[in-house]
Amino acid sequence: MGRTEILIGGVGGQGVVLSGILLGTAASLYDGKQAVQTQSYSSELRGGSARAAVIISEERVTDPEVRRPDILILMAEDAVGRYLHKIKPRGLLAIDADLVKGVSEGDYEILSIPATSIADKEMNNIIVANLIILGALIKKTKLLSVESMEKAIETSVPKKAITLNLNAFRRGLEIIS
Amino acid sequence: MGEKRVRTGRYFMMGNVACAEGALAAGCEFAAGYPITPATEIANHLAEKLPQVGGAFFQMEDEISSIAAVIGASWAGKKAMTVTSGPGISLMLENIGFAIGVETPCVIVNVQRGAPTTGMPTIGIQGDMVQAKHGSHGDYEIIALCPSSPQEMFDHTVIAFNYAEKYRTPVFLLSDAFVGHMREEVVIPEAEKIETVCRNIPEPGTDPLKMKGFLDEDVAPMPIFGKGFKAHVTSSCHDEYGKRNLIDISALDKFVRRLSNKILKHKEEITLVERDYEDAEIVLVSYGGVSRAAAAAASQARKRGIPVGTLRLITVWPFPGEEIEKMARRAKQVIVLENNLGQVYPYIKAEAAHFAEVSFLPPRLVGEIQDPEDILRKIEEVSK
Amino acid sequence: MNELVHPYHRFIRPTVTHTTFCPGCGDGTVAQSILRAIDGLGMDMDDFVFVSGIGCAAWIPSPLFNADVLHTTHGRPIAFAFGIKMGLPDKKVMVVSGDGDLVAIGGNHLIQNARRNIEMVVLCVNNGIYGMTGGQAAPTTPMGVKTTTTPYGAFENFFEDISGLVIAAGASFVARWTTAHPRQLTASIKKAIQKKGFAFIEVISQCPVQFGRKMGMGNAIQMLEDYKKRSISIKEAKKLSPEELKDRMVVGEFVDLDKPEMVEEVTRMIRRASGEAQEAVDTGRG
Repeated sequence: MGRTEILIGGVGGQGVVLSGILLGTAASLYDGKQAVQTQSYSSELRGGSARAAVIISEERVTDPEVRRPDILILMAEDAVGRYLHKIKPRGLLAIDADLVKGVSEGDYEILSIPATSIADKEMNNIIVANLIILGALIKKTKLLSVESMEKAIETSVPKKAITLNLNAFRRGLEIIS
Repeated sequence: MGEKRVRTGRYFMMGNVACAEGALAAGCEFAAGYPITPATEIANHLAEKLPQVGGAFFQMEDEISSIAAVIGASWAGKKAMTVTSGPGISLMLENIGFAIGVETPCVIVNVQRGAPTTGMPTIGIQGDMVQAKHGSHGDYEIIALCPSSPQEMFDHTVIAFNYAEKYRTPVFLLSDAFVGHMREEVVIPEAEKIETVCRNIPEPGTDPLKMKGFLDEDVAPMPIFGKGFKAHVTSSCHDEYGKRNLIDISALDKFVRRLSNKILKHKEEITLVERDYEDAEIVLVSYGGVSRAAAAAASQARKRGIPVGTLRLITVWPFPGEEIEKMARRAKQVIVLENNLGQVYPYIKAEAAHFAEVSFLPPRLVGEIQDPEDILRKIEEVSK
Repeated sequence: MNELVHPYHRFIRPTVTHTTFCPGCGDGTVAQSILRAIDGLGMDMDDFVFVSGIGCAAWIPSPLFNADVLHTTHGRPIAFAFGIKMGLPDKKVMVVSGDGDLVAIGGNHLIQNARRNIEMVVLCVNNGIYGMTGGQAAPTTPMGVKTTTTPYGAFENFFEDISGLVIAAGASFVARWTTAHPRQLTASIKKAIQKKGFAFIEVISQCPVQFGRKMGMGNAIQMLEDYKKRSISIKEAKKLSPEELKDRMVVGEFVDLDKPEMVEEVTRMIRRASGEAQEAVDTGRG
């Protein structure tokens, strides 16, 4: 069917929704695929729970709801309890290892990336931890082309933040050998 | 010269933003509203873009004044809209009735959210479906469209303006937080490929005493203000000339019937549906975002050899009973799907139950559209 | 031979054969003051859009005046007028309604639009009671007065000074007169029509049927005589102590100032935004 469901859980301010937009934009506008991105968030804009969902498909997406994510990205401890049970058997679980500790082994592959500490130490800005995770994810899964993701970053983030975001994304690519 | 109204191109765009772009493409000149989740992106986008084309968005003191200002602007000759969510609609209802009573074109966008009361603001449900039809007091007809994607948030907003102008009536765009906050590919065509409609107004210089500006089932020309028509516009019971009549019951009868008939007489051209039930024994009936889950389930069922079709209502009001009957005459089983506890279901059942078995499948969790697998289970259950 | 007609007959909608006011009502005086002001300025009814709400005073322009008239829902005329003014900035927009409509149910629209200082004239006919619905207490009904909803006497504090409220909210023109001051009222309406800003005029007006009867003030003439006796100009009032001003009606033009007006500000904003649009960077994202 060629339908990939991605669910991203974190807290407001981590760029959860932006991550979803980047994946969707890259797929839809630059990779010749179809994509739907949806989201929900709590009323506090920073620190509350945030959730973004993306479906990437070769054909038109009918059901727009992410039901059993093939890829689950967790960027906060809080999100583990909320979303881990949804992951598809033999799915891919990507976590920010600095922020998510309580993940037990299960019927999924774990991609553990110390994204926040890399972002802090090397980028001097923890706000781009999400881009490091996306870089690693794209390299590992080849879900989308690197070029499409970079174009999506260039057209979706504020002008003055493009370089920072591109650097973080490229740093993420390097993590996976 | 301002930025042009139509941003032709291909975008990965949020439904709410697409709605605002649709309003611009349709010729919207005036918008008023009050901040409310999950509709704020429409207001924000209009506030940025409308002034670039000579219009403006105004943040009012509440939703009551928002719809009032929209009606005022419409009588001043402007294409006007308001955007809100359920709590805002609850406040607007009296003046929505006013807009119907004095035949005012305007577009009302309701990005529905978890309800009742303040509910859960970022979760989409189809909770205000009947409110749109029956929320204001008295008998009336309304037009309501239900988009299921960001592309349709654009397309249907254009249609909503066209219907509003053509039939001199408020038109609802009944979206929800799920579709409003959804991002997907949106293609905005070239300006000349977008059909836009403007209201009829009387010939300049028409004698005000001879001007029939109201209560015509074929839509009277609108004697907008500022043109010397000396229009007397009152929501109290009035005749074709706008003259108030508070004593004669036959005047009230005309007032009620003609306003309703103005919509019902044109129901066929107002009704938009998507039919895909050729040779189907089981038909899934739905609207809005839910119809996408229905389409997914139907396609999977057909792969399993079960003859399942779909009927999607785009126009929910005026209620397309004829479409339901036509479908039900060919089906054995009708399954109604809504992201609520069954709001339009009784209307569908009333039209379909003479011809087919009708049942309702609510979502497992209100706020999350039906899982195609749940729908398949229901299909298997009724096909036994 | 020419037929003898009233000089303001040309302002009256031809289909109107009678008003809806009770005998002795102050609304007739207010209606005539408005028409005298329009005539005095050499203006035409087509220069105006009139907006009214619900209540006796709302029936002054609707359907009486031969102009564009929008007769709206209870409490909301100023909000409707906002949209009309923004759509037709070159027209004069005048709201005529009562104290219940503008100050009770519609109070926030009055406050917020005075704050915005949007150009329009708001004429508030203050009779201190709900006339049309049968003599219920208003926020302007004095304490102790027996009405149909306060049979044991009104027990709420009341608005003694609506004009003061509108001044505090930021209107650029505020005046108060009674129906015993038709000439002064006409002069203030003329100024209000010409004012670039929110112009509010409170007219204390007799309702002999509902208010006069309940207050024991007698008929319309007795009420007007009472207004004459109790009213005092703002200039004179400034010389008196609060005790001496008790039960007096302070009249006059309280505020007449120039400050930014909303329609002009919006026009300026639109000009700026549409000029900047050519340089705007279009990233193509939502």
